[in-house]
Amino acid sequence: MSLPILSLLIGLPFVAAVIMALLPRGNPSLLKGWALAAVALEFLLSLYLLFNLDHDTSAMQFVENYAWIPQFGISYTVGVDGLSFWLVLLTTFLMLIAIPASFSEINERLKEYFIYFFILEAAMLGVFMALDVFLFYVFWEFSLIPMALIIGIWGHERRIYAAIKFVLFTMSGSLLMLVAILALYFVTGARTFNLLELQKMVTPASIQPWLFAAFALAFAIKVPMFPLHTWLPDAHVQAPTAGSIILAGVLLKLGAYGFIRYNLTLFPEASREFAPVLIVLAIIGIIYGAMVAAIQKDLKSLVAYSSVSHMGFIILGIFVFSQQAMSGAVLQMVNHGLSTGALFLIVGWLYQRRHSRLIADFGGLQKVIPTLSFFFLLVMFSSMGLPGLNGFIGEFLILLGAWETNPAYTVLAALGVILAAIYLLWAYQRVMHGPVTNDANKKLPDLNRREFILALALAAFIVLLGFFPNIVLDPMQASITELLNQTTVAGLLK
Amino acid sequence: MPLTIPEINLIPLLPAIIPALTAMVVMLADVLLPGKNKSWLAVVALAGLAIAALQTFSLYGTDATAFNESITTGPLAVGVCLVVLMAAFITVLLSIDYLNARNLDSGEYLALLLGATSGMLLMALANDLIVIFLGLELFSLPLYVLCAFWRTNNLSLEAGIKYFLLGSFSSAFFLYGIALIYGATASTNLSAIATTANAATNPLFIMGVALLLVGFGFKVGLVPFQWWMPDVYEGAPTPITGFMSVATKAAAFAALFRTFLVAIPPGTLDWQFVMALLAVVTMTVGNIAALTQTNIKRMLAYSSIAHAGYILIALVAGGEAGAEAALFYLAAYAVMNLAAFGAVLALGHGERERLTMSELAGAAQVKPWAAAALAISLLSLSGFPPFAGFVAKFFVFGTAVNSGYTWLAVVGALNSLVSVYYYLGPVIRMYMSPPAEDWKQEAVSRIPAALAFAVIVAVVLTVGMGFFPGGVIQFAQAAGR
Repeated sequence: MSLPILSLLIGLPFVAAVIMALLPRGNPSLLKGWALAAVALEFLLSLYLLFNLDHDTSAMQFVENYAWIPQFGISYTVGVDGLSFWLVLLTTFLMLIAIPASFSEINERLKEYFIYFFILEAAMLGVFMALDVFLFYVFWEFSLIPMALIIGIWGHERRIYAAIKFVLFTMSGSLLMLVAILALYFVTGARTFNLLELQKMVTPASIQPWLFAAFALAFAIKVPMFPLHTWLPDAHVQAPTAGSIILAGVLLKLGAYGFIRYNLTLFPEASREFAPVLIVLAIIGIIYGAMVAAIQKDLKSLVAYSSVSHMGFIILGIFVFSQQAMSGAVLQMVNHGLSTGALFLIVGWLYQRRHSRLIADFGGLQKVIPTLSFFFLLVMFSSMGLPGLNGFIGEFLILLGAWETNPAYTVLAALGVILAAIYLLWAYQRVMHGPVTNDANKKLPDLNRREFILALALAAFIVLLGFFPNIVLDPMQASITELLNQTTVAGLLK
Repeated sequence: MPLTIPEINLIPLLPAIIPALTAMVVMLADVLLPGKNKSWLAVVALAGLAIAALQTFSLYGTDATAFNESITTGPLAVGVCLVVLMAAFITVLLSIDYLNARNLDSGEYLALLLGATSGMLLMALANDLIVIFLGLELFSLPLYVLCAFWRTNNLSLEAGIKYFLLGSFSSAFFLYGIALIYGATASTNLSAIATTANAATNPLFIMGVALLLVGFGFKVGLVPFQWWMPDVYEGAPTPITGFMSVATKAAAFAALFRTFLVAIPPGTLDWQFVMALLAVVTMTVGNIAALTQTNIKRMLAYSSIAHAGYILIALVAGGEAGAEAALFYLAAYAVMNLAAFGAVLALGHGERERLTMSELAGAAQVKPWAAAALAISLLSLSGFPPFAGFVAKFFVFGTAVNSGYTWLAVVGALNSLVSVYYYLGPVIRMYMSPPAEDWKQEAVSRIPAALAFAVIVAVVLTVGMGFFPGGVIQFAQAAGR
């Protein structure tokens, strides 16, 4: 029997949480040390996937399968393919950034804080790895509680409101998904919750649109797609920095991943049928998110709205059903995790130094904190899709793939790229350029060593993926070909 | 017609007899043995309950009947008996320090509690309307007294009087229903009623069934028979509220299921639609009313109404699967609700109970374990995985979808969403608000051992049934057959 790597990845954070609970409360550096060691260990463990994944197959790999509730065909089945393992790596990497990023920001109730993050990590990894719909739902729902607590306990002024809104929005989608999962089990006659078995079934055409809609609603809220995005700015602005990094970097990807893994493969006809609706909403999201981002006075909500816009690209890439666009969408999921995570990190640093997120409070910082400004600029370039950095390839592939389906999609979505350049550069100009008008800004410290290492790590990947996107794209090609095959007519007749 | 004396076989009735005997032992020991502190009587009660549980477990799978088929040990009956016994066991543990802190007499209390348990077990085992009624009265009368047991507390007295008056009223309805059904079918035995030809078209019979439903509806808290619940639940001693909410529900639902699934042959009387409406109204009213509550006992009372609605979905779905789902739900509800009440007790100190939302503020920092227990039980009640409440809902909604009542599952799911809001309220207060000033005294006090043990057991079961529901499901599946 081979190494149960995926269970180890899910289990390690739980073990880390238990050990954290046993450590003495009064020794913050010990708690921080263990937290960092645990997420570092987890990241190293996840690299095992990178080196052992077979690039030439679309099949699920590292699969583990244990009966859980056999009476109902529920099993603990996990596995990854060339597509989902990137999201696993993204999760473990961003956790490695998020944990040390909170060392100077969080001083109260540290133990609880790290425990919630560990549980959150396990739940998110579970969502990406689950191959049993019941198991998936359990992880999906369970990821809500730690995130809500992180926002609600360590967030800013309106944290409780934001936490409740986050939970209620997500739940309203996922509870209907629960009914759809049950319908999948009973109505299709599959009598199993195993995803791979369910994919072989043909869902009756009469109920497919309903089931598709129920799943899509849950995922669209999570992504979030226009007009279901209103929880996101609240949650992001109120969350502590590390919470925002994980929220934007990983949690939003849960929704996009759900579309790919569940909607496309379980309801292929309905996916085709509803694709135009989702594409139009995605494009509205791209443009609307960008326009609203442009007028924000608060840096953090600017980044939050930019997420709405960027996630629109990913949905567009998924629902035009082309190899390029789908590859671009998955690549962009990784890219968005890196660049938006980095943006939240840097905005968090600015807030820590200045206790303000308002753009108007800054100005001329380039002279005061040059290193921070440099990384800020680099990350913004990455976010707006400058060639040579990671964001470019992803967006380009999506736009290219969309052109085949309908050139209008590309033209409209490209507006979003332009708008992104406007709101990001304009924000940068107001924060970093010009004279230092506010005395409070004159003595700001530049990045310390810990912060520099974090920024450098993110920047390294941003540049690396900009030049060598094939690192990410290659392993997923087989899976994407198979995925698209399943949604074509030929695939349906198999 | 010559009167035939049925064969006397007491074994199937032992689950109900053992607690009754224990009640007498406790009562006598209380009077005859000296000493001021009678806390040790609880050990006697616990031992009696444990023996009863073992005996009940040995009945599992026997499927026997006794006393002319008026008693049955079908798996549903046995399952519910175990749920009731477990609830009673945990309640005794919760009560010991509650009674001591208020200088209440534990002998009487325990005897009444055991008496009520015995009645509930009788009701769960009954296959005859008269026996159901006997059980109903046998558990109701002690409960009326227990609600008013904190004699110096006005709310408790009010609860007792209110429950007594309305409860007697509902019993009368129930009895009237039995009379009408007897008039229509010449029998009170559920299996015999089922074989009476054309009963379902007889208006007397339909009236009778409707009146029975009123009686059951009152006990389990279906809308529109739920008015007594908030006041009674708020006023009754907290362990009794916990006990009533889960054990009464389990026993009454067992009888309700048996009445509708055994006595009325499928396809003769179209009660499913009425029941579906009742389920919808019950869930919705319960959940919406719970939204505005600031007292956690009242909130749990309204939520208890909502849970009765979810269980009713299983009845509408019907058949084996419905009975299985209902049994699992009752078991899950028992452990998580008792965990919630236990945690509320653990957050208190001496005679002081922290019941309002503002009193709970910051509890996570002062009493982290009690707060965690309350948080887990509330999350489970709202249906978050991986706790028992989630699996229970999954199970119930599943049977609804399977029987073509997908719309009912959707209504149930939307109702769960509403419930998330109020269940999260105390969690948010406890975890996200700064601690109130008046926590100082509690901060140094330890949670009494019996109470802590009971809460731990309930929480472990809540989590365990969520992670590993297989065993309980297997048991419940047998119950459906």
